[in-house]
Amino acid sequence: MINEIIKQLFRFIFLLLLQVLVLNNIQFSGYINPYLYVLFILMMPFDTPSWIVLSGGFLMGLSVDTFMNTAGMHAAATVAMAFVRSSVLKIFAPREGYEFGTEPTLRYMGPAWYLSYSTILVSIHHLVFFYIEVFRFSEFFSTLLRIVLSILFTMILVMLSQFLIYKPRDRK
Amino acid sequence: MLNLIRFIWKYSTFFLFLILESICFYLIFQNSFYQKAQFISSSNSVAGNVFTTVNSTREYFNLKETNEMLARENAILHTASKAAFVRIKTSETTVNDTLLKQQYIFVNARVVNNAVNKRNNYLTLNIGSNRGIKPEMAVISSNGIVGITKAVSENFTSVLSVLNKDAKISAKIKKNNYFGSLSWEGGDYKLGTLTDIPTHVKILKGDTIVTNAFSAIFPENIMIGFIESYEIKPGDNFYTISVRFSTNFKNVAHVFVVKNLMKDEQKKLEQETQNDK
Repeated sequence: MINEIIKQLFRFIFLLLLQVLVLNNIQFSGYINPYLYVLFILMMPFDTPSWIVLSGGFLMGLSVDTFMNTAGMHAAATVAMAFVRSSVLKIFAPREGYEFGTEPTLRYMGPAWYLSYSTILVSIHHLVFFYIEVFRFSEFFSTLLRIVLSILFTMILVMLSQFLIYKPRDRK
Repeated sequence: MLNLIRFIWKYSTFFLFLILESICFYLIFQNSFYQKAQFISSSNSVAGNVFTTVNSTREYFNLKETNEMLARENAILHTASKAAFVRIKTSETTVNDTLLKQQYIFVNARVVNNAVNKRNNYLTLNIGSNRGIKPEMAVISSNGIVGITKAVSENFTSVLSVLNKDAKISAKIKKNNYFGSLSWEGGDYKLGTLTDIPTHVKILKGDTIVTNAFSAIFPENIMIGFIESYEIKPGDNFYTISVRFSTNFKNVAHVFVVKNLMKDEQKKLEQETQNDK
């Protein structure tokens, strides 16, 4: 239990610093920005109580907000994403249920499952965030284009991260 | 009562979700409508210190450019200094300087965090209330305007960049003093949009756009940029002018914060006049 908390805390700080110090400086044709910090919510173990997922998302979003001067926007998007997570997990549950104490990773659940699970959650996060950031409908379609491109960019990084944490010694 | 508690308990996740989202939206609206110092901004000390550490490393890579810029500025200052002038009158004159009164004070600062790739961009500076910085002061670089200070902590300031939805700069065409309002429509960080210039005014590609002193934030005649192109939208009485910024927002490193010593006086007078109506 304590190990798990330390592990999550470490992951929280690592993803936060990666986001604000490295990823925020990436510029890809104008203003498309990947938001990899949502991986914190994506990777929480299956049996995490939903109030921890929600508050974890809130804290993560608020920390990113502090660094990016967006006061509440990232937090709102991350909380929305954390709220939907439990329903998505329920819909995608395998017949025998989830194994106790495992995390949703590419390795445990397979590429097709992981891709649909993460794409839905990342899309919700980006939709909420970008529309709150713009906060008007006059730029609806240009924002939509930015959202789609940013989702693509974030998803590439999410999938890459899954291959990075893939441990070869577990392969058998 | 018991039923109510049971109901809340059953949907506790949903209620927690509602509470957290309301906190978020409270923060968002507070941030966009009030110009007061906020805790959730990069002017708070943790975020500020992280950015300073990273920036002090990054600065080494820009030393060459910075040196060139400083040398250039030195040259300009030397040209303006007393030693560069020759006395052409032989008779003595006493200069009684009661004609000039200082209105603006420039405080130099370093940019420790910067962005150009979002719809709403902010910068963070390494000085704060310890150097007398307050919200709503102009921030300029030696090439032109940069933004307006927004939130101030003891050692850091976060600056609303011109590249922001909320930034509306009062601007004028230098050659004929017609004024309009400058904003940023998103997209290219090199181009802004100037509106409210009536169509009877003769303008040309390459005309200089500078600030005017209406807002009591920017000093007059600070460089904004040059006209890149212009068009008249059908049925419109005003030009839509695309302005190429003279400041390169991507690599702005050293800036000046401008204190207007007469701002309160001007604002107070304007307020009184408006109340009389």
